[in-house]
Amino acid sequence: MQSKPDLGRRALVFVPYGWLAVFFLMPFLLVLAISLSSVRLGMPPYEPLYEWQGSLLSIRLNLENFIFVLSENTYLLAYLTSLKVAAISTALMLAIAYPLAYGIASCAPQTRSVLIFLVIVPFWSSMLIRVYAWMSILRNDGLLNSLLLNLGVISEPLRIMNTETAIYIGIVYTYLPFMVLPIYANLSASDRTLIEAARDLGCSRLAAFWRVTFPLSLRSVAAGSALVFIPVIGEFVVPDLLGGADTQMIGRTIWMEFFNNRDWPVASAVTVLLLIILVIPIVLFQTRLSRTTK
Amino acid sequence: MPQPSWFNRLSIFAGLAFLYLPIVVLVVYSFNASRLVTVWGGFSTQWYTAAISNQSIVEGAKISFLVAAISATFATVLGSLAAIVAVRIRRFRGHHIFNGMLVAPMVMPEVVMGVSMLLMFVTLGIDRGPVTITLAHATFTMCFAAVVMQSRLVELDPSLEEAARDLGCPPFMAFMKVAVPTMAPAFVSAWLLSFTLSLDDLVISSFTTGPGASTLPMKIYSQIKFGVTPEVNAISTIILGVVVFGLVASRIVSRPSTKSSLAV
Repeated sequence: MQSKPDLGRRALVFVPYGWLAVFFLMPFLLVLAISLSSVRLGMPPYEPLYEWQGSLLSIRLNLENFIFVLSENTYLLAYLTSLKVAAISTALMLAIAYPLAYGIASCAPQTRSVLIFLVIVPFWSSMLIRVYAWMSILRNDGLLNSLLLNLGVISEPLRIMNTETAIYIGIVYTYLPFMVLPIYANLSASDRTLIEAARDLGCSRLAAFWRVTFPLSLRSVAAGSALVFIPVIGEFVVPDLLGGADTQMIGRTIWMEFFNNRDWPVASAVTVLLLIILVIPIVLFQTRLSRTTK
Repeated sequence: MPQPSWFNRLSIFAGLAFLYLPIVVLVVYSFNASRLVTVWGGFSTQWYTAAISNQSIVEGAKISFLVAAISATFATVLGSLAAIVAVRIRRFRGHHIFNGMLVAPMVMPEVVMGVSMLLMFVTLGIDRGPVTITLAHATFTMCFAAVVMQSRLVELDPSLEEAARDLGCPPFMAFMKVAVPTMAPAFVSAWLLSFTLSLDDLVISSFTTGPGASTLPMKIYSQIKFGVTPEVNAISTIILGVVVFGLVASRIVSRPSTKSSLAV
């Protein structure tokens, strides 16, 4: 009797586990393998890593791609720019998302659920379209400039499109709901009596916020930050459509290496190094998440 | 009940204005008779006619909808199984790796996922096209589906299933007859979330497609690389309309779980 449900259990684990192992884990191992190969003409456009010569197995691991990427300033700059853009836009999002989440959490339950629904709607609608919406606003002959020119605020159009400012606007705009949702979930579930206690003991409204509400919400701030910081490092669409040639982010570098230069081994090496950068925040994020769900 | 202060009201107003103004601008100018963004040339639906009669766009939309529907179905099944494993079985050999793989795709940059999947399909010698896009989409959306299902499973009252078992129901049947029906709204939200995520995706599709199969976002992307056109505004408005309709519909279907469905 004991063995039958056990078999079912194993099968249950096996299906999603196997799928993720084949379609998620294995591809990363292949990226690692191909980053140690060298480029060649034809399909696939890289040399095989191993070869059988009679009974002799020869394995060739080529570290040249990594040496090339690490010695080339353009790649290093792209990594640093990506980290900088991700850090600054995470801070900007926090500055916008926290008051928004706090404001929504302070409303009556009925209003809350409508407002949070309004925050979720843009998250569900196409990111490409939302970035595109900003293109017509930020262009030199776009809506913002023509509005400001007509109002007489500026005498010549501001150059925002194709600058780093445009990247920040686009990233903050597209990722904002990811930051609002965890913070809102935390604040709306927070225990109001703690704040009342602080107020009764003579805390001002502001002091009660900084000493009680804010420290208790830090975990959700961390979750929201990780949820935006990690993917923004590898962001492609926003820097490609809103950014200029002078702000090269690593996601775009990988894209161009693949589609324009067609150097797959170098692109894989760039990807492996990006993964190494991402591993620490991802592991931190995952352990935090599993702790909160327990 | 505390009243929202003026500062709370201002934050909500400013935040929502920021989220919605660009979308409003996009929708309004899709009805603009003039080709210029800055000139209002009167109300017109000509760009909609142009968009609908654009053969290449319609072809892309067909592929996108097909890929999204099939991959969302796979993602919902796989995501539900993964959620059951994560919530109910919890500890088994390699559960750390499993939980890691379940969370990582949600934060993994799309470019990284795209590159790795491309390399896998090439190495295995699989012809790239709609099928490979569907497999890739099912993989990254199943993790989001799993989150939706997980939050529903955690909320589930275990005493209901216990009652069924006490009344002589075997555990598996108790799960199927008690837990599964109460999770029905979550299945709908998980499917819809996977569907829209797949429909929106540009990066992973671009890497995993082959010659000839371009999804709608890929078509839109190649158009807007050359600049802003009112025709793209019209297509975007149609897509936004579909998404908003789906969202409102799913909110009506699954009222109780909207609170937790996306709060990671």
